[in-house]
Amino acid sequence: MSLVIDSVTKKFQRFPALNGASLTAPQGAFVALLGPSGSGKTTLLRILGGLEQADSGSVRFADLNWLDMPARERKAGFVFQQYALFKHMTVAKNVAFGLEVRPRGERPPAAEIKRRVEELLDLVQLNDLGRRYPSQLSGGQRQRVALARALAIEPRMLLLDEPFGALDAKVRKELRIWLRHIHDKAGVTSVFVTHDQEEAFAVADLVAVMNKGRIEQVGTPADVRRDPRTAFVSEFLSV
Amino acid sequence: MKKLRKPTEDPLLLKLLLGAIAIAFVGLFLVLPLAVVFQEALAKGLGPALTAISDEDSVAAIRLSLTAAAIAVPLNTVFGVCAAWAIAKFDFPGKTFLVTLIDLPFSVSPVVAGLIYVLVFGAQGWFGPYLLDHDIHILFALPGIVLATVFVTFPFVARELIPLMVDQGRDEEEAAVSLGASGFQTFCRVTLPNIKWGLLYGVLLCNARALGEFGAVSVLSGHIRGLTNTMPLHVQLLYDNYDYVGAFAVAAILAMLALVTLALKTLLEWRYADELAASHRH
Amino acid sequence: MSAIGLPLSFRRRRTLPGFRLSLGFTLFYLTTLVLVPLLALVIRPWSLGLDGFWTAMTSPRVLSALRLSFGTALAACVIDSIFGLIIAWVLVRYRFPGKGLLDALIDLPFALPTAVAGIALSTLYAPNGWIGSILMGYGIKVAYTPWGVLVAMTFIALPFTVRTIQPVLAELGRDSEEAAATLGATRLQIIARVALPMLLPAILTGAALAFARAVGEYGSIIFLAGNLPGISEIAPLLIVIKLEQYDYAGAAGIGVVMLAASFLMLLALNALQSWAAKRR
Repeated sequence: MSLVIDSVTKKFQRFPALNGASLTAPQGAFVALLGPSGSGKTTLLRILGGLEQADSGSVRFADLNWLDMPARERKAGFVFQQYALFKHMTVAKNVAFGLEVRPRGERPPAAEIKRRVEELLDLVQLNDLGRRYPSQLSGGQRQRVALARALAIEPRMLLLDEPFGALDAKVRKELRIWLRHIHDKAGVTSVFVTHDQEEAFAVADLVAVMNKGRIEQVGTPADVRRDPRTAFVSEFLSV
Repeated sequence: MKKLRKPTEDPLLLKLLLGAIAIAFVGLFLVLPLAVVFQEALAKGLGPALTAISDEDSVAAIRLSLTAAAIAVPLNTVFGVCAAWAIAKFDFPGKTFLVTLIDLPFSVSPVVAGLIYVLVFGAQGWFGPYLLDHDIHILFALPGIVLATVFVTFPFVARELIPLMVDQGRDEEEAAVSLGASGFQTFCRVTLPNIKWGLLYGVLLCNARALGEFGAVSVLSGHIRGLTNTMPLHVQLLYDNYDYVGAFAVAAILAMLALVTLALKTLLEWRYADELAASHRH
Repeated sequence: MSAIGLPLSFRRRRTLPGFRLSLGFTLFYLTTLVLVPLLALVIRPWSLGLDGFWTAMTSPRVLSALRLSFGTALAACVIDSIFGLIIAWVLVRYRFPGKGLLDALIDLPFALPTAVAGIALSTLYAPNGWIGSILMGYGIKVAYTPWGVLVAMTFIALPFTVRTIQPVLAELGRDSEEAAATLGATRLQIIARVALPMLLPAILTGAALAFARAVGEYGSIIFLAGNLPGISEIAPLLIVIKLEQYDYAGAAGIGVVMLAASFLMLLALNALQSWAAKRR
């Protein structure tokens, strides 16, 4: 049930965003895609989420040919850097969205949806804010709503695109500890994009260092720091 | 791997359906009427159409329209520049009210626009008796027509310049003044180059409306054939008298003017998007 | 010269010259051109006295003209909102050859003189016209009936809906739609539950602007409508007729009613926009 990414490539116009990226991670791992801007980490994440299509390569996860499935079938919860909350819906409706759009046969009854929403808001510690609108929340609160919303669909995989990028340092630190805690509780395979080393090393089980569309090295934070395999990796980590 | 549609893209069927609806609607409501104008104008061939346009009364109507526009457009341009200068470069109370007032002709029916001047200058209006005594003709004469035209077109230049100049700020002008430039010099050498495309855009729209205005001018003109009929009014006269070729021939001139206006407008929006008010960038 | 006594805002020295000149001219222009005549409009109906005004405004002919103008404008703005939304969607989201031309054409009702539109539509929808003859086959008569009013208003107000929705749609980030997709929504669900609700304020604003334009329209309607009192006579036409009969007070009365309606519409629009701003 591990995640196997094999030689994924993607070109935008003539620019090669991904140049054969490969990665293997066990089920339930918390993987950080770390690298400078332009390294292709967000592109890879979006391909995993079904928001972009790869030109070639393959991804297998949970015994599924991942890239052949459209985004809505993957159950890959995606958390955006700018939250992408539905501004015209309350917090509760945002979180309930993934459950409410399910086809008739799979949709839980309204009472059940309400219960799950409350459970999730409890998990992210936003209990009494269900009736508020996103514009009435702080950045940190909005990101927690985004996470609750992604978890509501009981995702196979959780994808986070620099989720704390728009927040200030103190909030970032608090949220990443809390994110790790949520991950451990939910046990879901997570892939997390960041350009911040400290963040990657603090939360991830596996760190994949990316450069110019390729994954240069994958390993535990300790391994990668102790034993950099390429010049780029050692330079990037020494800063 | 399978070729999948991006989640933000519509399915092909929907695209074809919406595209067809859009094109059909525009074709039916916009293109057909335009086509009819030219078709009817040339119904009897090019000759009769040209004769209709060069008819004495038609020429008088063309001349009147051009005269009214030639007076109204420059006046409104000066107004627009003054208003935009005052609003963009200074702070004072009541700005919002002023801007709302400037937008007023847009929300007023053209007939009401004509009506208000009748109430002031008409035979039973405020100044009616006075004008009669001094043999001054405002209604049913050029002044009335110019007034109506000025009223309905004065927002155009102002509406274009105000957001543009507010956007552009005061820095450059303040720098010029600190270097010793007079107000007039500052305006000519610093402001004008920055607003020239916006100004042109506003003048273009102002002119198009000035030549095409019907309702307001209709109320004030008196419809005297060959004397107080602008082109749109002359079109009405010919049409009511069943001179269809004549009516559509003059209408065709107006339609061509509209198309030229549209073309220039589009050109300005494409090439000079950055130098027009933000609302025009597509 | 002492500056004491002037309000503080006027006492501040202004770095840029030309304030008095530009503001002065602006105010002068607006006062003579707009305020004074509007004053005449607002005062005139009362020469009939309150009772007289009421009787004049509630006469059957006036009421039916107002009903026609306002009612048809409402219908036209609904039609233009629906099709305007579709047209804006197609222009912003799709790519196809000739799109630029389609985009430029949208402004035609804005640039074309209303009289030209009027005679063109009248010819088109007359019983022997291109469209009129087809409709006659189904027993539908458009020219010289209230339906003509609807057609003319739909034509004239279309740019207002499209041009209001277009920029908002263009600015709409795809984020929300992508998020909805990852949460399992189909494309139709995304459009219905995410994209359209976000466009609602713009749709309503466009509808209000279209309505305001259609209500006051004159030139393009009178050739197409038939203008029968009580049936297909629009309010602006009634104003013109009353002026010709020297019933200045009556004409001004209708003008005031229409002005008041525009004013209310403007207020509603502002309220709408602040409601929308609260939820963003």
